[in-house]
Amino acid sequence: MNPDELRKTSCLFLEDVYKAYGSKVVLDNIDLAVAAGEIVTVVGPSGCGKSTLLRLVLGQEFPSSGTVLVDGQPCGFADRSRGIVYQKYSLFPHLNVLDNVLLGLRLSYGFFERRRRRKEFEERAMTYLTRMGLQEHSRKFPHELSGGMRQRVAIAQSLIMQPKILLMDEPFGALDPGSRENMQIFLLELWEEFKMTIFFVTHDLEEAVFLGTRIIVLSQYYTDNRGHGEEVRRGARIVADYALPKVAQSTLVKTTAEFGALIQQIRQEGFNPKYIRHASSFDLAHPHSFQTLCAEDR
Amino acid sequence: MPTPPKFLGIHASPPNWLRWLLTIIPFALLVIIYALASDTRQRENPSDKLLPTASKMYDAMQRAAFEENARTGEYQLWTDTGASLRRIGIGLGIAALCGLLCGLNLGIFIGMEHLFLPFVTFVSIIPPLAVLPILFIVFGVDELAKVVLIFIGTFPLITRDIQLTVKKIPREQIIKACTLGASQTSLAYRIVLPQIMPRLIETVRINMGPAWLFLIAAEAIAATNGLGYRIFLVRRYLAMDLIIPYVLWIVLIGAVVDSVLRLILRTRYAWYLESQE
Repeated sequence: MNPDELRKTSCLFLEDVYKAYGSKVVLDNIDLAVAAGEIVTVVGPSGCGKSTLLRLVLGQEFPSSGTVLVDGQPCGFADRSRGIVYQKYSLFPHLNVLDNVLLGLRLSYGFFERRRRRKEFEERAMTYLTRMGLQEHSRKFPHELSGGMRQRVAIAQSLIMQPKILLMDEPFGALDPGSRENMQIFLLELWEEFKMTIFFVTHDLEEAVFLGTRIIVLSQYYTDNRGHGEEVRRGARIVADYALPKVAQSTLVKTTAEFGALIQQIRQEGFNPKYIRHASSFDLAHPHSFQTLCAEDR
Repeated sequence: MPTPPKFLGIHASPPNWLRWLLTIIPFALLVIIYALASDTRQRENPSDKLLPTASKMYDAMQRAAFEENARTGEYQLWTDTGASLRRIGIGLGIAALCGLLCGLNLGIFIGMEHLFLPFVTFVSIIPPLAVLPILFIVFGVDELAKVVLIFIGTFPLITRDIQLTVKKIPREQIIKACTLGASQTSLAYRIVLPQIMPRLIETVRINMGPAWLFLIAAEAIAATNGLGYRIFLVRRYLAMDLIIPYVLWIVLIGAVVDSVLRLILRTRYAWYLESQE
């Protein structure tokens, strides 16, 4: 599809996005269009700028140049249009579970509206908590919960605001393998139910391929026509972009040969410093994928 | 398997009875040494004033607490205590309130931080006792100067402490609140403020020490009542039988206030203590 059409129809749209801290370039000409209802997983070697990309979408940081659009609107400071679940610090330690989930509703309405609709808000929050399997823990404080429960509360807290896009920054990174897999299944169930758009950053390839309906590989291991001198400061680019099955699958899929082969391929393309491809021959197989190369690279 | 020693070394794990015993030992030693020294001196000279016996101190306190002063018609200990507590309460209370609000705003709003933080730091370096004469000149020798001294001595420290606490709140949490629809004011007063309340209690606890110092210094110089005033007044008559119990009384008040604050912290802010660990 051509970029102009994507710009109008995409839930999330980035074009020519650069991000540099001083002289260090982190993100280098990122082009990305994400349709509504996708789970986009972002992987890449550590330090490649996955979380930076997420913060640009969130409005926690801003690109050095380029366009970021959420639902066709230029992306401003963090607001209600985007939800976020971090690896930690997502919950407010001084509020119990119910108040944490209620917080968004309470903050979004004026004093009188808030008082008048208190019952309704509480019922809505309890519905979400019940869906998360946490109805019995509604009066507990975050420090009394396990890591998996905390992340479920954090997801409920974001979902109740019905954001246009839900951003997740290694949300299951601190969990043990068992609860990690449970949370993956749980997230897919929620996604089948709510069909929200998810932008999911992880360093775990298996998790990325299992969860995503689309996987994006960010990497600094590539080349282009800018030469190889000291003065060329490259940042990470999207070096691969694949469509994955659109329906949630059982965890058994993780043991199949295709699953393993895809992971191997991504590991080779994104994580191997010796595997260098030219910017014009990246593996951008996804139909929504597009690339604005500079003139000398075409 | 090695058994940990009871008392010595880094691996020691004293049983409960020993912990209590260890706590008591220094206090008991102090009392015993004092009693022996006092006894020796009293034997040589029954009217010795330097190390009065417990019964002499008891008598002096009895007079101060339960006998009307012939001249003023007041119960001296309670008048002194009331006056001192009022000064320290107003001074430290206003300092805590202002410190909370200033620290909160300095911590959240970067512009405010640049505008005021260097100034607050500058003020906090001024030794409050050095400006006491100025305070007496400007505010007179009445209550106001004493309250202002306590305020000046504790306000900058409380502000700095609260500001640092606000700064320590992870950026993630602030951004999260924004994604939940928080405006900048509700961020400050509905998200951050409730989170720093327990720290305010802690910092007030810490600042009780300096507050007493400034109170007693101010009372020693110019006052007509107050615990510090009394101690410095009776010093002229070497009235150790009153000074020592007064000091113990101040310690007792301090300890009670401290444990009340700690109790509030434990019962109302359990999440704070838990997430500190």
